[in-house]
Amino acid sequence: MSSQLFTPKHNTLARLTLLLFVGGAAGTLGLLDLIHRSPYVRYTKVRREQPVPFSHKHHVNMGIDCRYCHTSVEKSSFANIPPTQTCMNCHNIMWKESDMLEPVRESWRTGKSLEWTRVHDLPDFVYFNHSIHVNNGIGCATCHGRVDQMPLTWREEPLFMKWCLECHRDPAEFVRPDDKIYDMAYDPQELSREEREALVDAYGIDTSNHRMTNCSICHR
Amino acid sequence: MTTSRSPLMMTAALLFLLGTGCKPLFDIRKAMYDQPKFEPLEKTDFFGDSRSARPLIEGTVAQGQLRLNSHLYEGVELIDGDYRSAQTYPFEITMEDLERGQEMYNIHCSVCHGLSGHGNGMVVQRGYAKAPGFHRDALRQAPPGYFYGVIMNGFGKNMMPYYHQIPVEDRWRIIAYIKTLQRSQFAQVEDLEAVDALAPAEAVEHESPEHAHEHH
Repeated sequence: MSSQLFTPKHNTLARLTLLLFVGGAAGTLGLLDLIHRSPYVRYTKVRREQPVPFSHKHHVNMGIDCRYCHTSVEKSSFANIPPTQTCMNCHNIMWKESDMLEPVRESWRTGKSLEWTRVHDLPDFVYFNHSIHVNNGIGCATCHGRVDQMPLTWREEPLFMKWCLECHRDPAEFVRPDDKIYDMAYDPQELSREEREALVDAYGIDTSNHRMTNCSICHR
Repeated sequence: MTTSRSPLMMTAALLFLLGTGCKPLFDIRKAMYDQPKFEPLEKTDFFGDSRSARPLIEGTVAQGQLRLNSHLYEGVELIDGDYRSAQTYPFEITMEDLERGQEMYNIHCSVCHGLSGHGNGMVVQRGYAKAPGFHRDALRQAPPGYFYGVIMNGFGKNMMPYYHQIPVEDRWRIIAYIKTLQRSQFAQVEDLEAVDALAPAEAVEHESPEHAHEHH
């Protein structure tokens, strides 16, 4: 055995080891990040199981406005999940023999709450208010996607802070007229950039001094 | 001893640190994500019915919710020493109120009563019991307070109460809009003239087809 422990061929081995070590670490982090952003973790576009397979698509296309059930969206931070009575307004007659709707009738008989699976749940360290958005030109579809085309509801957006900031940095890209808030098919880009900037002014949205991206606006 | 710091040992140490370090890290993240406070309608294990939003104890009046104005909240007025359906609105109805009434009517009422109040809304078309139209004589004569009572209590065995869906003021605005719908079905030529007098610029548009009609 020679006294020379490392021969030139070990140079390659050393470089390869370094590469694997650095690349492996970076790759692992990258993989974790990918998993973190994936629909597997964020539930983006994943239909959620519900006690009753409620279809927004069916109900909206029949001409029922969002606010028929989500009654407090204009006034409150919370848009409201309707009480069983709202279901029974129609389903005391419509499909009243349907097995699918038995949990609704059971809830109506017993007064026990239906336990829906929550689709959009922001972290508790974020303050979000529905009313300030729908009263200032942000339509339901901007965040919730085409709910009118969802048989079972899914989360359209991953709800990352980056995504919130896209709009808070430049609301003029997303605002729409007052009478189009609940119009699911409306596209804010139908108006020109100038018209939308005028809308931002009309709503009184103040983007000066980074006001809209101030941490305390959402983390209060 | 320096020789013990072989890559294998380093990796093992790193994996060990990751393994023990990550769990509290994820727990902290979860604890911040889901703090010990209740968001509206959030589930709890504390109460038997799983509701964090507690129903009010019967007879409780929360501050600011004492509703003494029976005209506004109950839709009744003291007439000849007796509480009867209010004949008037508890506040003056402006054009904005009517527009809001239209919006709310279209959301909450039109599904059964139809957009024009003929009782043929989409839900009725889909097989619900026929809803009454608003253009029959008895309902045209009915005072606003009567409609308020129906919104509050429901009607017959089919229509549920709607007070939990519609705020107090909006109920009155809806009634004003129903009254407008009723009037629209029995509009007279003089009504149009009154409208023309209100908006002279638009009156010109009304006149021209009318004159054209005379020439035919």
